[in-house]
Amino acid sequence: MISLRARAIASIGLLAAVLAVFVHTAVAQDNPNAFNRLMKPPSERNSPPESDGIHDPTADGTLMLQPPQESFAGLPKSRSGNYVNWSKAVENGLVTPRSDIHNPDALPIVLDLNIVREVKGSMPDVVYPHKQHTQWLDCSNCHPAIFIPMKGANQISMASILMGEKCGVCHGKVAFPVSECRRCHSKPKPVDQP
Amino acid sequence: MKLSFPTILVALLFAFTALMLNVTPQQAEAEYADVVLNEYSEDAGMRPVVFPHWFHRIRFRCKVCHGDLGFQFKAGGNDINMVKIIDGQYCGACHDGDIAWSIENCELCHSGMPNTPTQVHHSTVSQLAGKLRDAAEAADKETEE
Repeated sequence: MISLRARAIASIGLLAAVLAVFVHTAVAQDNPNAFNRLMKPPSERNSPPESDGIHDPTADGTLMLQPPQESFAGLPKSRSGNYVNWSKAVENGLVTPRSDIHNPDALPIVLDLNIVREVKGSMPDVVYPHKQHTQWLDCSNCHPAIFIPMKGANQISMASILMGEKCGVCHGKVAFPVSECRRCHSKPKPVDQP
Repeated sequence: MKLSFPTILVALLFAFTALMLNVTPQQAEAEYADVVLNEYSEDAGMRPVVFPHWFHRIRFRCKVCHGDLGFQFKAGGNDINMVKIIDGQYCGACHDGDIAWSIENCELCHSGMPNTPTQVHHSTVSQLAGKLRDAAEAADKETEE
């Protein structure tokens, strides 16, 4: 008869411990003066579909989908977006996306041409690399609808990018967002003449 | 203390309630650039579609869909329906049972949370629009008071 009573005490003890852990977590989350109050903790990044908030966990299909963490494990990291540096992943051959639906051997037409854009204010000038963009895109994706293919012909501002125009058609939606300032603003201004 | 059956039951119930309170999902933590498409789905009695950009960009460069297949750079900007898909347009160019699983796997695409509107998740535009909306609502509240 010891087993029944001992088991009951043990299970209540275990439940109490579990309860204590959850109550503790709840209190920690509610601390109004917690660090990084508005930031997403790394533990919540790249959630599996069933807990990402946009998939219905009761749909059978949801549980068959690949969790992003499984896919991203071997890919270079970045600080925002999917937390994956996609350009580097392609450059290093860690992902090999097709350029043609049916032909896995078709190569993209890559143009290695940098465009320097001098910017107002104190930020470093922007270097726009055609190379990284043509790894993914065709000329016709951007030219001429989004950017007139002529140097100096395009007015671009951070405001328009934030509103989803110009670079913002992709950057801030699917390509790295504007919080990665120095990936574009990468050329220091020439030092002022004395 | 005597451990009667009701005591244990109450303890179990208490623990279960506490667990449920803590485990309920919080805000949406969808992957960057996940697109929800709900122009027609829910009106037709299906869950919204979730399109994961990350999964597709590992397999195809942007130009394949946004050039060769004619997808516009805008969530909801492509008038896609199941007839077009079974005829090989848009998603149907690959989801044909050859390159990718075919259309009878309804729930693999139509797996979105009900009542989720068409949107690109975590886009800067939607975050800014959310802030502007919150600010406008706060201002409205202030004028009412």
